[in-house]
Amino acid sequence: MGKYIIKRLGISLATILVLVTVVFILVRLMPGDPFSSEKMTPEIKANLEKYYGFDKPLIEQYFTYIKNLIKGDLGYSMKYKNQSVNTIIADSFPFSVDLGIRALVFGISFGLVFGIIAALNRGKKLDFICIVIAIIGTSVPDFIMGALLQYFFGIHWGLLPVAQYQGFKYTILPSIAVGFYTLAQVSRLMRASMLEVVQQDYIKTAKSKGISSFRVTYKHQIRNAIMPVVTVLGPTVAAVLTGTFVIESMYAIPGMGKFYVQSVQNYDYSMVLGMTVFYGTFLVLANMVVDILYGFIDPRIRIAGK
Amino acid sequence: MDNNYELKNIDKSEFRTVGKNAEKMESITRPNLTYWADAWRRIKKNKVAFISLMVIIVYIIMAIFAPMLSKYDYTAVDSSKMNQFISSEHWFGTDELGRDLWVRVWRGARVSLTIGFVATVMNTIVGGLIGGISGYYGGALDTFIMRVIDVMYGIPSLIVQILVMVVLKPGVKALIIAMCITGWIGSARFVRGEVYRLKEQDFVDAAKVLGVSNFTIIVKHLIPNIMGLIITNVTMAVPGAIFSEAFLSYIGLGIAPPECSWGVLTKTGVKMLRVYPYQLFIPAFFICTTMLALNLLGDGLRDALDPKLRGTE
Repeated sequence: MGKYIIKRLGISLATILVLVTVVFILVRLMPGDPFSSEKMTPEIKANLEKYYGFDKPLIEQYFTYIKNLIKGDLGYSMKYKNQSVNTIIADSFPFSVDLGIRALVFGISFGLVFGIIAALNRGKKLDFICIVIAIIGTSVPDFIMGALLQYFFGIHWGLLPVAQYQGFKYTILPSIAVGFYTLAQVSRLMRASMLEVVQQDYIKTAKSKGISSFRVTYKHQIRNAIMPVVTVLGPTVAAVLTGTFVIESMYAIPGMGKFYVQSVQNYDYSMVLGMTVFYGTFLVLANMVVDILYGFIDPRIRIAGK
Repeated sequence: MDNNYELKNIDKSEFRTVGKNAEKMESITRPNLTYWADAWRRIKKNKVAFISLMVIIVYIIMAIFAPMLSKYDYTAVDSSKMNQFISSEHWFGTDELGRDLWVRVWRGARVSLTIGFVATVMNTIVGGLIGGISGYYGGALDTFIMRVIDVMYGIPSLIVQILVMVVLKPGVKALIIAMCITGWIGSARFVRGEVYRLKEQDFVDAAKVLGVSNFTIIVKHLIPNIMGLIITNVTMAVPGAIFSEAFLSYIGLGIAPPECSWGVLTKTGVKMLRVYPYQLFIPAFFICTTMLALNLLGDGLRDALDPKLRGTE
């Protein structure tokens, strides 16, 4: 197990380093520059470039950046004056995390319930309904889902608020929009996994021992079926993140996704660089945690890795 | 084990010899089905998959011909006919600039489907080659490629796509490049796994013993064996590429006006949602049904192309 974790850590560190380098190069290749505006004179521009260190050779800029990164300093924004990337992330990230967690909780809990219901009623109407919901979830992109929810629940029926983030009622629609894909994935996987587990010998043994069918389902079938579902959690975190990008601007939530899209459009180099590195590191670590977690849960990996 | 059942005694005279007819014994009574013919037969039997296939074919045909046959141009602005609802003149209505939505939806289909299919096929070819070489030759090369893939797999593809789109000029080519930079990794991993599994099998050993060259083994034995899985994977990956295009266009980084795609149409649709909801509903319908059809077709293909399920109904 220890060896497995160390290997996983090494890969994650290499990934982060490659990511930082690639992003650094790509950001410098971006056309346009952040200081262009009508009032700008060449002198001020030169001063600004000196201030941000753009007059130094690229390789030196790269090492300065890496050095600052290790200290946890992501630099200053070029559009939002005197604001460091760290403070902008610190201000906006909680909103994204809040939305992301709500979406995950919604998606995973409902996904599991739907998957279990479908598997227990295999071939019946309830199963069909759950399958249809899952198919809709994988086929409707989150930005369309977000817009449709906004239209029907917010505008057409006037049931829920469609913008901003000031209490539970405000979080319902965006959480559903972001989490629906997760719901679909989890329920599909849970259904398949439940149906596979039900054919195992230990279920037959449990039944033949006279354990009540509720207990067999709860104690043996569901517990064992949940295991493969853990593997999708890594990709799911990435999907939820993609969702927050659009849903945040659609529902006027001041989260990181909204800032990120804006910075890309503003050629705000240091913001894009800082936020990308932050996002990337976050995702790489999330994936790593899920992998290690899976190693702990699945006895086959736990034993093989010893 | 003493519970052998007693056999009933039947007198010899009750049997008679029918005689041997060697030709009849060896003859094949039913037509010989190739793998692909069998797969096609099974797809036709699977109603859901077959309808999905038809939907996709219809969309492709419409994407090619509908813009040609309509009297409107997809960029033609008409300020006297802005935001008109569906009518006999404009089958899907018009948008905020008075452009005909019927033509724009099919023009968008052309762009979105092209990106979806081309990006996926290119990813599969590049990934398949790299994964295939890595899996077949193994050794240090394999270890090296797998380490590179392990590292690259962790990089969120969305972020790379966004940055590449910012660097390149927006357009179809840029989108395909952006998707290919990270997209090949998935198929490389999958093809490597398959090749690795297959090359240990007896029929490959047999071919090697008979002196078949590596190239022939790859072309004649390995590729046909994983082709079914590859086709299924392509079908399942196209919706992802269509989604990426729509997403990037939606945040303003994909296709730039006046060119249009389903992503661009969705973007304008969302903007007009409060007043003219049909402008979102129509492109949304086509995006969702395409993704739905491809997902369902992929499910059907997975069953139809699985050699283990051959002959079972």
